[in-house]
Amino acid sequence: MTEIVPAEGIFALLWVIIALPAAGAFILLFAGRRTNSWGPILGVLTVVASAVISVLMLLALMDQPAKERTVVQNVYDWVFVGSFQASFALQLDQLSMVFVLLITIVGALIHIYSLGYMSHDPDRRKFFGYLNLFVAAMLVLVLANNYLLLYVGWEGVGLASYLLIGFWQHKPSAAAAAKKAFVINRVGDVGLSLAIMLIFVTFGSITFQDVFGQASDASEGTLTAIGLLLLLAAAGKSAQFPLQAWLLDAMEGPTPVSALIHAATMVTAGVYLIARSNAIYDAAAWAATAVVVVGLITIFMGAIIGSAKDDIKKSLAGSTMSQIGYMVFAAGLGPIGYVYAIFHLLTHGVFKAGLFLGAGSVMHGMNDNVNMRRYGALRGVMGVTFVTFMAGYLAIIGIPPFAGFWSKDEIIHAAFERNAIIGVAAILAAGVTGFYMTRMIAMTFFGKKRWEDDAHPHESPSVMTIPLVVLALGSAFLGMALLFWGDIKDWLKPVVGYESVPTPLPTSFYIAVTLIVVIIGAIIGWVMYARRDVPMEAPTGNALTRAARQDLYGDAVNDVLVVQPTYRAAEMVTTFDSKAVDGFVNWTGTFVGDLARRLRRSQSGFVRSYALSMVGGALIVALALVLVALS
Amino acid sequence: MNPANYVLLSAVLFSIGAIGVLVRRNAIIVFMSVELMLNAANLAFVAFARMNGNLDGQVVAFFVMVVAAAEVVVGLAIIVTIFRTRRSASIDEPNLLKY
Repeated sequence: MTEIVPAEGIFALLWVIIALPAAGAFILLFAGRRTNSWGPILGVLTVVASAVISVLMLLALMDQPAKERTVVQNVYDWVFVGSFQASFALQLDQLSMVFVLLITIVGALIHIYSLGYMSHDPDRRKFFGYLNLFVAAMLVLVLANNYLLLYVGWEGVGLASYLLIGFWQHKPSAAAAAKKAFVINRVGDVGLSLAIMLIFVTFGSITFQDVFGQASDASEGTLTAIGLLLLLAAAGKSAQFPLQAWLLDAMEGPTPVSALIHAATMVTAGVYLIARSNAIYDAAAWAATAVVVVGLITIFMGAIIGSAKDDIKKSLAGSTMSQIGYMVFAAGLGPIGYVYAIFHLLTHGVFKAGLFLGAGSVMHGMNDNVNMRRYGALRGVMGVTFVTFMAGYLAIIGIPPFAGFWSKDEIIHAAFERNAIIGVAAILAAGVTGFYMTRMIAMTFFGKKRWEDDAHPHESPSVMTIPLVVLALGSAFLGMALLFWGDIKDWLKPVVGYESVPTPLPTSFYIAVTLIVVIIGAIIGWVMYARRDVPMEAPTGNALTRAARQDLYGDAVNDVLVVQPTYRAAEMVTTFDSKAVDGFVNWTGTFVGDLARRLRRSQSGFVRSYALSMVGGALIVALALVLVALS
Repeated sequence: MNPANYVLLSAVLFSIGAIGVLVRRNAIIVFMSVELMLNAANLAFVAFARMNGNLDGQVVAFFVMVVAAAEVVVGLAIIVTIFRTRRSASIDEPNLLKY
């Protein structure tokens, strides 16, 4: 059991990491146009300051003995009602630490890049405000020490992502994409809120410390239910099957948003949730198997979609789905996989951010055209972008010694430790990764010029290329650094656990097979898209290509399974309302109206008829009196 | 003389008045019939007062006479005004106040 260390010394600044970007967001969004001139700079500075503090904390945490690396800071008592207690308490441990570093450092680089990318946008102050809001929310998510506070951050990133995807809301497609992302995320959020309720009912507490301490006491059925609900939540946030449809549309947002939210940080929240709740999944084998299956399906869906898209950002989005699928897949493998899920998450966060920012740099030079069929031969005019993109490319397909090789290879090896079939599937998906990434660089940087007539490609300003270079260096060396120098396995072991199962064949065999499959995929991609001419109009393609262009009919399936039934249910309710409810109310009105229309005929205007009714009435009264008197 | 005869006379007078109100069209005649009914009621009050040996009925009769006098003033004024505008004293003609 790990010791909890009170937040003293440098750790007393834990809340400041969150407060800085939160304050930045507050100032930029509420101080209005007065901050237009210096607002973006402030937005960058807050995140850079957070990054500096988190690096200092990493150094301080490394000085602590391995068992005393869990720091808890109670900022204030938040909800204290009867037995339900939720503090606004932050917990920094080895797992949170790597996430905080990823969020603040990659976030800071993307903020800097956005200074260049968004320099012509009239609303850039708002953009930086939203980015700061996102960073603050994501930090709350990973630093929370209980599920309720995690939920606050969870919803916060959902909101920030909605605002950023719909940042160019004057485009109907962007507004629709934002709405779609928000709605699909809500489905996952419902899973998370139900999971939190179930956790509280089962364990009587929602802090990680209490829940994981008692996890083995609960019944397996309950734990499986919690695990599946958490998986639903993770699927929503991490764009995993069956809630994957929003991620491709989310590319409507500005490219730095795609890099920050939809590659490096927000979509990793689901992986964080699963890795954080490892005690629950370790005790619920069925839920863990479901995680593996979901991850494996998504790996292939993402890879297939990424292979067919001509839009460079959507192709990268498919790739993100696929890579996050790898992480979820690894997390589902149990203690043999958590460490590698986080490891791959870190390397992917860096190289995918680099790839997205590289794609943004290409678009910046090509009048925001995203169609790769109109690129080609850009390596000559965009030297820095080309070199940095290549670093990301080699990292993602897993060529040694680039970062992705170390992390993806470990995941594939862990898969073989569990089961040879899923291991083979993971290797095949790695081959598809080689194919679609080669296709992307071949269509973008190699081949012949297929530019639009008014395109004048040029290298981006240095405020954009410097983050690219930093991320490219990360893509190249981060894997080795974390594995050999940082020793990520030992670092994360106290939080997520780690064990290794011997495999029938030596590790080097799996590495060799993976590399061969990846290179075969890459060669196929090269032959198809660099050696042959790429047509400017997309050919019809085979059935799989056409399906992949339609996001494997994700929208159609949602339409048939969810949207149409909802519409029909809504129509039934409206019909019931307009026919039954309105019918009764209107009938009452009509009835009284008809009755009145008949009764008013007695108001004839003839005084003598009124007199007659009076006489009649008097006679009846008199008769009644007489009858009463006689009886 | 038997006081019941006065009550009987009162009933006959009241019925004549009521029928007059119901069947006649001339406003003046209707008005006279109303007066006849009032006085029939007066007669009944007085007769009953006599039969019961107290003055309550007599007092009410005076009240009725005073109210009837006031009513005649207002009623005749209305009839005269209507006659001036419509050139008719028929009670069926001013039937505008209806559904």
